[in-house]
Amino acid sequence: MTIEEKEQAVIEEFSMFEDWMDKYAYLIELGKDLPVIEEKYKDNQHLISGCQSRVWLHADLVGNQVVFTADSDAVITKGIVSLLIRVLSGHHPDEILKARLGFLEQIGLKEHLSPTRANGLTSMVKQIQLYAKAFQIKLNQ
Amino acid sequence: MPFPVEKIRADFPVLNQQVHDKPLVYLDNAATTQKPVQVINRLSDYYLKENSNVHRGVHLLSQKATEDYEKARTTIAQYINAADSKEIIFTRGTTESVNLLATVLEEWIQPGDAILVSAMEHHSNLVPWQQLCKRRNADLKIVPVNDKGELDLEFLKKKLNPQVKLVAVNHISNVLGTINPVKEIVKMAHDAGVPVLIDGAQALAHTKVDVQEIGADFYAFSGHKVYAPMGIGVLYGRETWMRRLPPYQFGGEMIDRVSFDEVTFNELPYKYEAGTPNVGGALALESALQYVQNLGIEAIRKHEDVLLEKATHQLMKINGMRIIGEAKDKTAVLSFLVDGVHPYDLGTLLDQMGVAVRTGYHCAEPLMQHMGISGTVRASFALYNTEQEVDIFTESVLKAVNMLR
Repeated sequence: MTIEEKEQAVIEEFSMFEDWMDKYAYLIELGKDLPVIEEKYKDNQHLISGCQSRVWLHADLVGNQVVFTADSDAVITKGIVSLLIRVLSGHHPDEILKARLGFLEQIGLKEHLSPTRANGLTSMVKQIQLYAKAFQIKLNQ
Repeated sequence: MPFPVEKIRADFPVLNQQVHDKPLVYLDNAATTQKPVQVINRLSDYYLKENSNVHRGVHLLSQKATEDYEKARTTIAQYINAADSKEIIFTRGTTESVNLLATVLEEWIQPGDAILVSAMEHHSNLVPWQQLCKRRNADLKIVPVNDKGELDLEFLKKKLNPQVKLVAVNHISNVLGTINPVKEIVKMAHDAGVPVLIDGAQALAHTKVDVQEIGADFYAFSGHKVYAPMGIGVLYGRETWMRRLPPYQFGGEMIDRVSFDEVTFNELPYKYEAGTPNVGGALALESALQYVQNLGIEAIRKHEDVLLEKATHQLMKINGMRIIGEAKDKTAVLSFLVDGVHPYDLGTLLDQMGVAVRTGYHCAEPLMQHMGISGTVRASFALYNTEQEVDIFTESVLKAVNMLR
């Protein structure tokens, strides 16, 4: 599946929820279920500080695809992190850098990505792009 | 007579709205309070009918604006019982008041001296003193807080000596709700010959402030936390101090005579009000304090104490609930944590339910480290909050906790 197709799949999943409570309950479930990052990567080097909730992000280049793992100490943040990873992990750096991530707006979670939100997600997206950029350069060498 | 909260709410149009399709329950009052129409009208009347620069015009509008501005100063002086209206310096808010003082006290602090602050200070009454100590090679000493959120007065007493040049503490903690025994603190400090600054940012809306009774040398507060607009605040400074301290900023208004080589500075309070002041803000602050005065601060306090007690009692029924701040003397602020629940998650779900709270460090990061926690959820009450809102709040917390655990 392309990134756009995965985004579309997430949008369809979320369209089933009629009210915000079901949507957040699902996010919380995603957050709790996420088999995330290896403990050794939950250090200051991988920490994206968002003032209130902390996010750890790690990336590996497997073949020519970037594989992301992540975690957060807040479960709603973690749920959104898991969506981002699901959509972006396992793709070529070029594709990741082109992704617009419009799905967060469409499923009504855009506010979580606003820079004023103290959850580290905005910085996480920037960090994802930085990893992709670095791997892109590496692949082009 | 019961507190007329429904009638009061009609004065605050902003409260009558929906967020996320739910009625707004505004419990972030320690961050900023809403403004009554009386205050908004005062501000808009100034711009609609009076706007003019003060203290220099020969024309009628300027004279009227000057008179009103000075009348506001007098009203505020009387409200906090300052000995003279020239002891009221208008600033942008508490932060600027503290920074002003930390700037003009520069020479007062010598290498080897010490400044005492409490562990429960807001960053705005901590960082200016920390930085001043760094500049002057002085020591910043921290008065600890016990598990209940009360200041260790014994420690304070022991640390007071001639090397200490200032004690800076808040009147009411923005995180814990603790009402500090400021009168006692001032007495202890003065017995040792040490001046005291009280950060009253959280106090004006909830308790009587009488600077002479407290005995404080300096008292700082913001308008926006007591139903006035943002961008106006006060530094009360005792005349004997402010007369001998140097100016803060230079420019118009604060001067007496100027030549290219020399200047003589204006008298108090103008010496500390360089540039065009926030006249509209000062008038609106006067109006806000009159609003509070009309309702009566004791009646307001009683009403808010009922809300605090009810909310505390209801929250305590939730499994794993931990109230942060259980001082004997406490008001209007309810910080808490729930086992296994991140404050950010709880705050996010409460927002979805229409309940506005604050989560995180509340600009008191060292206090959090001191108490071994990394943030709280904070509900803070104001005179327009209702018992019904407390019910919505505590039911919402329970609902959110059940979703998150």
